[in-house]
Amino acid sequence: MSNFLSATIGRKVFMSLTGLFLILFLTLHLSLNLFLIFDDSGILFNQAANFMATNPMIKIMEPILALGFIIHIIWATWITLINMRARPQGYASGDQLLKWWAPSKNMFILGGMILVFLVLHIFNFWVKLKITGDPLLAKATGTAAEMHNTYALVSNLFINFPLYDLLYVIAGILVGLHITHGFWSAFQTIGLSNIKWMKRLKFLANLIGVIFAVGFSAIPIYFLLKF
Amino acid sequence: MADKILNKIYVKVWRQNNPTAKGRFETYTLENISQGNSFLEMMDILNDQLIRGGKDPIAFDHDCREGICGSCSLYINGHAHGPDTMVTTCQLHMRKFNEGQTITVEPWRVGAFPVIKDVMVDRTAFEKIQQAGGFISVNTGGVPDGNTIAISQDDAEEAMDAAACIGCGACAATCKNSSAMLFLAAKVSQFAKLPQGQVEAKRRAVAMYAKMDELGFGGCTNTGACELACPKSISIAHIARLNREYLKAKIAD
Amino acid sequence: MSILNSKIPEGPISEKWSNHKAEIKVVSPANKRKLEVIVIGTGLAGASAAASLSELGYNVKAFCYQDSPRRAHSIAAQGGINAAKNYQNDNDSVYRLFYDTIKGGDYRSREANVHRLAEVSPNIIDQCVAQGVPFAREYGGLLSNRSFGGVLVSRTFYARGQTGQQLLLGAYSALNRQIAEGGVKMYTRHEMIDLVTIEGKARGIIARDLVTGEIKRFGAHAVVIASGGYGNVFFLSTNAMGSNASASWVCYKKGAFFANPCYAQIHPTCIPVHGSQQSKLTLMSESLRNDGRVWAPKKLDDAEKLRKGIIGPNDISDEDRDFYLERRYPSYGNLVPRDVASRAAKERCDAGFGVNSEGKAVYLDFKYAIERLGKGTIEKRYGNLFQMYEKITDTDPYKEPMQIYPAIHYTMGGTWVDYNLMTSVPGLYAIGEANFSDHGANRLGASALMQGLADGYFVLPYTIGDYLAGEIMVPKIDTNKPEFIEAEKAVVTRLNTLFNIKGKTPVDHFHKKLGQIMWDHVGMARNEQGLLQAIKQIQELRAEFYQDLLVPGELKNVNPELEKAGRVADFIELGELFARDALNRNESCGGHFREESSTDEGEAKRDDENFAYVAAWEFKGVDTEPLLHKEALVFETIHLTQRSYK
Repeated sequence: MSNFLSATIGRKVFMSLTGLFLILFLTLHLSLNLFLIFDDSGILFNQAANFMATNPMIKIMEPILALGFIIHIIWATWITLINMRARPQGYASGDQLLKWWAPSKNMFILGGMILVFLVLHIFNFWVKLKITGDPLLAKATGTAAEMHNTYALVSNLFINFPLYDLLYVIAGILVGLHITHGFWSAFQTIGLSNIKWMKRLKFLANLIGVIFAVGFSAIPIYFLLKF
Repeated sequence: MADKILNKIYVKVWRQNNPTAKGRFETYTLENISQGNSFLEMMDILNDQLIRGGKDPIAFDHDCREGICGSCSLYINGHAHGPDTMVTTCQLHMRKFNEGQTITVEPWRVGAFPVIKDVMVDRTAFEKIQQAGGFISVNTGGVPDGNTIAISQDDAEEAMDAAACIGCGACAATCKNSSAMLFLAAKVSQFAKLPQGQVEAKRRAVAMYAKMDELGFGGCTNTGACELACPKSISIAHIARLNREYLKAKIAD
Repeated sequence: MSILNSKIPEGPISEKWSNHKAEIKVVSPANKRKLEVIVIGTGLAGASAAASLSELGYNVKAFCYQDSPRRAHSIAAQGGINAAKNYQNDNDSVYRLFYDTIKGGDYRSREANVHRLAEVSPNIIDQCVAQGVPFAREYGGLLSNRSFGGVLVSRTFYARGQTGQQLLLGAYSALNRQIAEGGVKMYTRHEMIDLVTIEGKARGIIARDLVTGEIKRFGAHAVVIASGGYGNVFFLSTNAMGSNASASWVCYKKGAFFANPCYAQIHPTCIPVHGSQQSKLTLMSESLRNDGRVWAPKKLDDAEKLRKGIIGPNDISDEDRDFYLERRYPSYGNLVPRDVASRAAKERCDAGFGVNSEGKAVYLDFKYAIERLGKGTIEKRYGNLFQMYEKITDTDPYKEPMQIYPAIHYTMGGTWVDYNLMTSVPGLYAIGEANFSDHGANRLGASALMQGLADGYFVLPYTIGDYLAGEIMVPKIDTNKPEFIEAEKAVVTRLNTLFNIKGKTPVDHFHKKLGQIMWDHVGMARNEQGLLQAIKQIQELRAEFYQDLLVPGELKNVNPELEKAGRVADFIELGELFARDALNRNESCGGHFREESSTDEGEAKRDDENFAYVAAWEFKGVDTEPLLHKEALVFETIHLTQRSYK
């Protein structure tokens, strides 16, 4: 495995594997979050959130997830810097071949914006849940065991702060765009693609991207419209 | 079918006297250019005009002028090989341009392809990649009959798809990372598809990859721009095969 | 009477090569390491020779003017490569390929060389397959064949319409392997501009570095010229823009005889000339004639309307179409050899049936093949050619027939060589299109690739040993010897002369003018009066060239105009020799058609009694007439007959 880590392809394999892992996480995250919509009492969501907070497997996965994010981000920065160095002088006439907004051209920018959102998102929820606490969390009802009222924390944000709704919708779309390229590209990088499968993977990537974008944006929009 | 005449066009072209000189754009005016002319014929006319005017003509690479030798380059109006699909610059025709248009002509901008003069670049880096492993190690003579090993038509066709690469460098020139991956993949994939090439497939993929990195090309981020710019439409599926070959070799290593 | 010794081995034709191989000398591996060989050009012949010689252990220096050896113009060959494999069970054999080539060459090639070519042809296919050349295959996985003009069997191997490319990339990969191993030192963007001889033997070259303009000396125990043909003497041809005859020409001036310069092949299926600023002509592969039908209108009136653009080809009914090749040559039909097809097209156009605005085009129609086989099959067979045609002409050949017209394509003549491929200068070899030996007066389709690779892979590596075995005591060539210094001086003087004329006219102008003279008088039909006129006009052009040439730029920098000036200066001299040879050969044979020598039906008429010889010209000075040496062509195996494709 000599030189593997320093080779351009080696670096990309890390991007691809962590990327696929993060997509897996997001799938879980989205499915749980959709309980916010399907049960206005908040009981289902609170139970799910509680399960996530207490299950030992999830506890093990949490630092791994963080590591996944960190590798994905650091490697992306590293790769981008090296790739920029490969063209010391740019084109005066620019690139007219791919559209300026093509996700494949803008993965680092999309990723950067998602990172900004991620920080905000962590402050919105994770910090309150795990570290500082919040008065809203105390009033969980309708469940046998004692647990945080995460539902209240989320619904409060989305009902009372429309600016956050907008930010969360944008972030959902950004994640979706990022995935329309990231998903099939990850398979391409680890060599699991060919002419036929590339078409299928690209279709899947677009489908997953749309599901994520619609799914994540649906939640703030739902709260905004319903309440 | 008479071709239209462009009364006036402007050609804004990169001028640089030698590899170390500081370059600049210069704009020239051309009159009465038939749209039936090829782009390089337009450049010939421009050069004739420059020479007769006592100026230094523009140096550009070209040879076969039928899209197969891979000599011609040129980044024209934001497109490697100009605004047409599946053509090299020598096959590009003036039909793709309009009256009064300014045509920007730049050299391939790839760190590993330094400018030699004007819009002529040094693609020796591609030679080095090929020399690192773009061959099957057989000497002349002593080989088996051509029909000894049957090769499925699909495999032969797919190998041919990859082998169509002309080594022009449009892939690296158009890639935002100046990556030579498609060029590399074309050779590795061609041989990987043929039984004759599989014998040393692992060694080849690793050696060629290492050479590409060493020469300062960027890495692949799968934007797919290369396959769109490629005059031979070589698919990036070949890059997947290259990656597969490389990872197979590395895992076994 | 002649000082030419072709060194054809004794014995029956089928045993000559094996007998010869048994008799020639071999250099030991230890001695090969001490010997150096220069190879000029990296096309099929040059690349295969350089790689093979290096594999044997020789130290090779290879040169090309392009930025990569892969760009040599062999890359542009489309259709295929012949080999006597008889995979199709259609009674092909070494003898039949030999016979077809001799007949196709109109009995003006050397029997022994052609038989050797046919003998080694199967090995080429094997070699290329082993190198990973993706030849077309049948569903069963075995190699596929197609038919080409002038033969009745199917023996052409192909890789889509890019066979030359694939074969060259195969040879290039072998060359790359040798470069990586250090056996070949590759000099790209270097142009040979003189040959250095010491005591009569070729000992090196002077080359110009096309990037820095530096003049460099290179020594070697032998020099191999593989720099291709001289079709660009016509300016408009299917050759690459840079294809030139200068390497061959400097060798001619240093004593290598130039043979049969008037044998140039005019390819029948090229995209017609379009406007006055055209820079080159594009070939449409001969393989298209497998499925395309060539026709011109039957009625003059229709032709007139087509030229004016009043009607299109699809407006003409089948009854009003004259499939003139099928009419005149029923047994070969559209697959007659190139020279025959070209003259037939010219005949139709001269008679007023030409179909484009200049009246210089006929149709190649795929309508019938599409009806018979379906568009998919045609697309699979010729897709890339159709696309190329559409990009250039802006018309869709699936819907409208292609317009085609003959154009200069290949030159059968070239540097004279003996059976060992050595020129009349000891230690100087010529291989591939650069030599004259195998195609006589006309080359069959798919035979150029065969000859280039045969010479490079399987002939030269054997025969060069016979000479080099005598050179093993010669130490590394010292490039500071007076001969090198003198040659370099002469080269510098010449470049300065060209550069300092500082006239008013760029070099292309002279090249176009030369091309026009050649095409008008030394083209598809030639006669005494026209040839005399051509010689006079070329001499005048030469004088004008040296008075009015304008070379811009710098001597010590990239300077394409300076490169072209040197090449065109040589082309002008070569054009004159070309016309002189055509004048001397008062017979029609293959690509050389003398109006004075034709049958009543307008077919070419050979004169075996007076012209069954190779015309090898010896340089005597630019302003002095060259000396003609005749190598009699002896046909021991094949009986000479008037060629017929009816």
